[in-house]
Amino acid sequence: MSKLIYLDNAATTELDREVLDVMLPWLEGGYGNPSSIYSIGREAKKAIEESRQKVANAINARSNEIYFTGSGSEADNWAIKGIVNANAEKGKHLITTNIEHHAVLHVFEYLEKKGYEVTYVPVEENGIVDPAGIKEALREDTILVSVMTANNEIGTIQPINEIGKLLSDHQAFFHTDAVQAIGNIPVDVKESGADLLSMSAHKFHGPKGIGALYIRRGVKIDNLLHGGGQERTRRASTENTAGIVGMGFAIEKAVLNMDKTAGAMKNARDHLIDRILNEIPYTILNGDREKRLPGNANFSFRFIEGEGLLLFLDMKGIMASSGSACTSGSLDPSHVLLALGLPHEIAHGSLRLSVGNDADSIDTDYVIDSLKEIVAKLRDMSPLYEEFEKSKSAED
Amino acid sequence: MYTDKVMDHFSNPRNVGEIKDANAIGEVGNAKCGDIMKIYMKIEDDIIKDIKFKTFGCGAAIATSSMATELVKGKSINEALDLTNKAVAEALGGLPAVKMHCSVLAEEAIKEAICNYLKDKGVDIESFSKCDNCCRGN
Repeated sequence: MSKLIYLDNAATTELDREVLDVMLPWLEGGYGNPSSIYSIGREAKKAIEESRQKVANAINARSNEIYFTGSGSEADNWAIKGIVNANAEKGKHLITTNIEHHAVLHVFEYLEKKGYEVTYVPVEENGIVDPAGIKEALREDTILVSVMTANNEIGTIQPINEIGKLLSDHQAFFHTDAVQAIGNIPVDVKESGADLLSMSAHKFHGPKGIGALYIRRGVKIDNLLHGGGQERTRRASTENTAGIVGMGFAIEKAVLNMDKTAGAMKNARDHLIDRILNEIPYTILNGDREKRLPGNANFSFRFIEGEGLLLFLDMKGIMASSGSACTSGSLDPSHVLLALGLPHEIAHGSLRLSVGNDADSIDTDYVIDSLKEIVAKLRDMSPLYEEFEKSKSAED
Repeated sequence: MYTDKVMDHFSNPRNVGEIKDANAIGEVGNAKCGDIMKIYMKIEDDIIKDIKFKTFGCGAAIATSSMATELVKGKSINEALDLTNKAVAEALGGLPAVKMHCSVLAEEAIKEAICNYLKDKGVDIESFSKCDNCCRGN
């Protein structure tokens, strides 16, 4: 294998060397507990607070509205369960969409078992939810609306500013999972009116195991983790100093460089989309062509299954992912692809290519040429393709 | 997660294709679940002279199809009906637990083809003792 091409940045990103450098002192010597009164504890505390400010700046929030968590999933769980538990007397109705990440969707499914009523507003065929659908679902007893900023599989950017606006005179709190969006598109909590926003450092070249939840000041929310008085008594656990410092540095760098990196990502993405749609027949682009993350391209290749595609790509040094059932360990293909109205057999043949901040150096033509060869090879083996070809020649 | 044998049969599958004058064809699985296997055989004097397959499915589905065709090629239909999914999986050095159903599908595809052949020949399937496990889908 001559080269490795990483096109799975929506799954995770490479830790930036500069991020690692600012983290290392907190792993190599700066072990003080940030809650301790002596010097090494105070230094850690100071570094954490500086990082909190950087995270706040990135989304136009105040630093005392940022709470560090162990992951994006924890931030999602906290936002939803915390709001529900603290506001149960105001109602039992919740709203979300049918393309949320499992860290949101499965929490709502859990709450349904606990007696809450959830409306899952379906997205349109382009993978974008219509704010009118959210408005229609709103009830007097709705206490929470959760809509992701951008989708992790198909990259579609949701109209969260419009949704925030229509919720401004409603009691319901507004949560948005911005895990995929941060560092790729501008995220501004004042503009969206979000009350809660989840993020995760490893999606923007920071370390794994660290995330954050933005909680607008004044929002009534219960704790998820009870214990010590960390994070202004809202999230017990000794702080992950190195992770927090890494997250602060990574988010600042990502936002600072966003115009440049997003431009390069878009170029690479558009080249992939244009050539693949032009040169590989019976291929569908999943998700809106324009309103999508700069690095996301998601296709369905008819008549083939995604896992074989990934294995052959891997042999060529190309790393990607698929929404097929075989790669998820379940019998059903991705709920996001099914939400677009794709039949199961087409959803099984999906491929997500997600470009990262090294977009400039990616040999997209090598990827496309490899893909053409692999799709043709798998189709040659496919009884579905054989059937299709026969019915086509019968028509001619 | 896959053994070298599985990867070998996935990346260089044996007996892929179609037999134009096949006298035994079996197709199992469905597209909704993400697996379809189609087996073509040329049977002469109850011997599987030639066998080809086409599969829509994951790496394990392709590898088990390839291995199953190898295991029964040149065998009598009686021997082929003794094929078990376990034998296919073992020949591949094992399969991940979540992929064992692929080996079941491979076994079923082989038996389905033979079953169709026997039926075409007018053999009473019920009296064909070796056929307990085939023709289940019919």
